[in-house]
Amino acid sequence: MIRLKCPYCGVVADETELTSGGEAHIKRAGIDATDEEFMKYLFLRDNPKGVHFERWRHSFGCGKWFIAARCTENMEVFGTYKAQTLKTPKSIINKINKRRPKE
Amino acid sequence: MQRYSVFSLFRESLRGHTGWEKAWVSPLPNKQYDVIIVGAGGHGLATAYYLGINHGIQNVAVIEKGWLGGGNTGRNTTIIRSNYLQDDSTAIYEKSRHLYETLSQKLNMNIMFSPRGVMMIAQTHHEAFAYMRTASANHHQGVKTEYIDPARVSELCPIMRIDGPRYPVLGALWQPRGGTARHDAVAWGYARACADMGMHIIENCEVIGINRDGNGVTGVNTTQGSIDCRKLGIVVAGHSGELASMANFRLPLESIALQALVSEPVKPCLDVVVMANTVHGYISQSDKGELVIGGGADVYNNYTQRGSFVRLEETVRALVETFPIISRLKMLRHWGGIVDMTSDRSPIISKTPVDGIYINCGWGTGGFKAIPGSGWATAELIAKDTPGSLAAPFGLDRFQEGRFIDERVAAGVAH
Repeated sequence: MIRLKCPYCGVVADETELTSGGEAHIKRAGIDATDEEFMKYLFLRDNPKGVHFERWRHSFGCGKWFIAARCTENMEVFGTYKAQTLKTPKSIINKINKRRPKE
Repeated sequence: MQRYSVFSLFRESLRGHTGWEKAWVSPLPNKQYDVIIVGAGGHGLATAYYLGINHGIQNVAVIEKGWLGGGNTGRNTTIIRSNYLQDDSTAIYEKSRHLYETLSQKLNMNIMFSPRGVMMIAQTHHEAFAYMRTASANHHQGVKTEYIDPARVSELCPIMRIDGPRYPVLGALWQPRGGTARHDAVAWGYARACADMGMHIIENCEVIGINRDGNGVTGVNTTQGSIDCRKLGIVVAGHSGELASMANFRLPLESIALQALVSEPVKPCLDVVVMANTVHGYISQSDKGELVIGGGADVYNNYTQRGSFVRLEETVRALVETFPIISRLKMLRHWGGIVDMTSDRSPIISKTPVDGIYINCGWGTGGFKAIPGSGWATAELIAKDTPGSLAAPFGLDRFQEGRFIDERVAAGVAH
């Protein structure tokens, strides 16, 4: 059971309270994008075996979207932050680097 | 190859089963092969087998990180069917089902193919209409399926509760020639036949890098050293993204966990395969009497081969509602596999941005049924460097062209 802390309302939510939204920080292809760029935006995913930055929605709570840093190899969660954040906060990056020196 | 037959069984039974040969040997890798297939699961081994049988390419190695058939080939619910909606899907799945029919004879290994019939029950009106449409499509595609009424469902599967309460059974899509097979035997049979052609099956050999020369592949770097090849087939299901990143390209895939479980053995009570897609549960009875149960996949990326308990609870709840008789069964085993999901829920059999690298992946939750057909199509692609009619629709280019084979809509669920 995944449990994530919603960065908006502060609730530690169970998996059943959340909806998964896939890879985060994907930049939308613009109106003048080529077919290839649009394909990349729509379909290509990093799908890492390791730390995955992913979107979640606190569906059965405050309803807001947020981002979680989670390891897909051992399910460790490094933290969550608001969806409006363009870059992963330093504190989470530091935490990841500390636990996983190679990355 | 030592032939398996009733006579060899008789002979061995007289001498204490001391004369059986190893089904395949695990040699040290050569320095160089014509073709290397990464992944000794069903799809990888079938690809190697048809490379040898159909195209005469026998200088082949199949390399495997763990043990043979230890990934999703050994972790599925063994359902074989071909009642798809889209022509391109039906073509490859029906080819596969057809090959399964004679696979035991071809491989001289009893894969226990049991065409007991697969029933996909309709529990909402939308589902009922969708299955009528699929039955009609199958009729035109030359695949024998029919839409049957609840009385016939009851006749074929007496333990099913037809009248609800939440989701009464309104009918079913019935494929009498669908069924199950022994999943391990499929992998073992192909492996044995490949070894007989002189191919090398190298277990406990993990690929840690892909060697390139400009835009072409030259070999792989493994835990057993560097091995050269002219062509490389990547057939690793859930770990496709990992291999692709070694060769510097990305795939339209997400790896997630799919679970299955098996009950304690009981007397024969279910002689068809039942799939309930609205409530998400699949069930069949194995020859040992265990009920083999599968359900929906998780919704988030995961490489742990362990799924979410929530999903398991959903599956079991759905099945208990439809089959009240199983409510007090104990579950014996439970496991998860990492499946590679594409956005249109159809597989990828394709050339890649790197010359000489071919990929077979994206079978998602329904790869076991496709093993022979997938191997057939992938072998043709690798041998000729251009896809045949079976593989052509499943290229990576379909994502750029928007030419999807949309089984997500057609099936409504995982398959």
